[in-house]
Amino acid sequence: MSESVVSEIKRKYMHKLAQANKRIDGRSFNEYRPLRIETGIIKKAEGSAKVELGNTKILVGIKLEQGEPYPDTPDSGVLTTNAELIPMASPEFEAGPPDENAIELARVVDRGIRETEVIDLEKLCIEPGEKVWIVFIDIHVLDYDGNLFDASSLAAIAALLTAKVPNERFDMGEDEPLPIKNDPPISCTFVKYGGVIAVDPCLEEEIIAEARLTVATDKDGNIRAMQKGLSGSFTIDEVRKIIKAAVDNGARIRKILNESTGRENGKEN
Amino acid sequence: MSKKPEDLKLIDENGRRIDGRKPDELRPVKIKAGPLYRADGSCYIEWGNNKILAAVYGPKETLPRHEQHPLKAIVNARYNMASFSVEERKRPGPDRRSIEISKVVGEALEHIILVEKLPRATIDINIEVLDADAGTRCAGLTAAAVALADAGIPMRDIPVACSAGKVDGQVVLDLCKEEDNYGEADMPVAIAPRKKEILLLQMDGHLTPQEFDEALELAIKGCEIVSKLQKEALLEKYIKEVGRENE
Amino acid sequence: MQRKGKVTRELVLPSQLLGDTKKYKAGVGTFVEDGKIYAERLGILNIKDNVITVTPLRGKYEPKAGDVVVGIVIEVGAAVWMVDINAIYPAFLHINEVPWFVEVGNTSKFLNYGDVILAKVKSAGEPDKVQITLKDRGLHKINGGTLIETEPTKVPRIIGKNASMITALKRYTNCRIFVGRNGRIWADGTPEGIQKIERAIRLIEREAHTYGLTERVLALLKGE
Repeated sequence: MSESVVSEIKRKYMHKLAQANKRIDGRSFNEYRPLRIETGIIKKAEGSAKVELGNTKILVGIKLEQGEPYPDTPDSGVLTTNAELIPMASPEFEAGPPDENAIELARVVDRGIRETEVIDLEKLCIEPGEKVWIVFIDIHVLDYDGNLFDASSLAAIAALLTAKVPNERFDMGEDEPLPIKNDPPISCTFVKYGGVIAVDPCLEEEIIAEARLTVATDKDGNIRAMQKGLSGSFTIDEVRKIIKAAVDNGARIRKILNESTGRENGKEN
Repeated sequence: MSKKPEDLKLIDENGRRIDGRKPDELRPVKIKAGPLYRADGSCYIEWGNNKILAAVYGPKETLPRHEQHPLKAIVNARYNMASFSVEERKRPGPDRRSIEISKVVGEALEHIILVEKLPRATIDINIEVLDADAGTRCAGLTAAAVALADAGIPMRDIPVACSAGKVDGQVVLDLCKEEDNYGEADMPVAIAPRKKEILLLQMDGHLTPQEFDEALELAIKGCEIVSKLQKEALLEKYIKEVGRENE
Repeated sequence: MQRKGKVTRELVLPSQLLGDTKKYKAGVGTFVEDGKIYAERLGILNIKDNVITVTPLRGKYEPKAGDVVVGIVIEVGAAVWMVDINAIYPAFLHINEVPWFVEVGNTSKFLNYGDVILAKVKSAGEPDKVQITLKDRGLHKINGGTLIETEPTKVPRIIGKNASMITALKRYTNCRIFVGRNGRIWADGTPEGIQKIERAIRLIEREAHTYGLTERVLALLKGE
């Protein structure tokens, strides 16, 4: 099950299926795969979450360390996101420093969290201009069967929502929950192939995809981050359709997220 | 081995260790064969507070071709720690420690793979430490062995590893974090259990020859317990395909 | 090992002791050490005519001369195509082994990257020098339909005794199906039929060696 050669006839068959309004794994075009979120699994991490989206598995760990703030935001904590596409997850992933795919993934996940101000970075200041908390989000891809963007950003958010500030480890009193400012955005990814648009692509769909669009929406249905990928293009109408579908799917995913992180629906810390 | 704080006692007056275990007692070990979808073989292990995944890809043709060995398969092991698996965040990527562990673990596993049956091929073994708590190389090698069997790799044994060491002057099995930090010796051992061949042996600290004998015997005893769990995990996965009449 | 004339399907693990060379011969999937026969892989134990073999449950396709396989072209050379046949090494298809007249350097006009062929293993003496051919009845480049991947070790179960399983798959789905020995299945028909075949194959994979499998597959095929 490890090769990912998509033969010419399978590519054509997937296009043929698309014309008949069908997907290779039997889902409808607006149907997400089964989603499971589990939090608090890594003892050594300040927060952690494992997301299973179909066969895709992602583990995110949050670590907090102390360091200097950026000079332009002296009284604000620092957020850093890193993604590792380790060779365990796919025969195509190679060991070594993050390649452009890993960097794009980390930046897209980071953007959604940063721009929505999920973490209250100002509360992570210890001594203005001197010492602040640095929040490290590390994305570990364990099993790759498509749609790393959505699975990773969900895992990152679930890990953040259940993370602690490790005061004890630094002799600063008791641990406390990581300060959350705003409800997180939910990222929803679509690909286009053979004239159709499919949500939550599996690996085979990603391989034959012509274009990809990720849209992160907040709980009010507003857009908080976007990323278009691959060499194909979308029409303006298609983009509008995708945004609408991202909002609809986002509401469903948000419910699962809230259930698994123990947050009440729509509650803001 | 770091210097022990004066008032820290690793073994109490009743002979119990800092985590309540007896000297010859293992931490709880749980093994699951085949949790991953893409890998050709995989294994998840929880050993005390260690959480480790192992995945095997191959055998596949060695590429580029000029790196092929004409007579045997090349075994590549890669031991890696997730940045969040340790107390203080680790910078991603290999450091000198993980490169060394990859080498000794890979060499230990190569010995039991029938590499001569797979000329010009490569077997990739990935060990990912997700949550670390002393003894990761032993737990990782143990998981990798199950992943190899799960991938259908021809092998002459299912290797297994366990450590023994010395704390407060007492030889003990399977050191935990505090014992590893403040004990007098730590000795990871991997064996091929069928013939009790030693595949991996490392030691740091201080042991008398008598203590070494005792520690080795204890480590092998630990290996034999974990070996049963490896086999149970493989049977648990495959018995479903074969049907229940084996039970 | 015998029970009411029926061979029990005993699961064995690598390094498991299976017998003595004084009594048995060591067959495929086993190795001998000091007169003892051991399993070299995870699989099912078979003892027939005093020969012990182990049928693997996981692993790559092991090419045998005469096997018909479904291959995917992965490299186009001047006088040879490299074809992925789901084995450890790619197989070679030489321009002399195709039913067309191909000039050296003109190969990509006939078969290109990603093309699928139904080919026969011509020689498999050394695992890394497998030759395949398209020069025989029924061998050809495949157009249309799609591929379903399975474990090569599950192929006999997917075909079934006297081809019973494959016949049932065809009858209840109205699809054309060909099961390559290498675990690649070609199917052509309606999307519903093909998806039904895939579900049936996943069921066979999960329960390949259990009793009553045929009945459960039939129920799946009829039930939908």
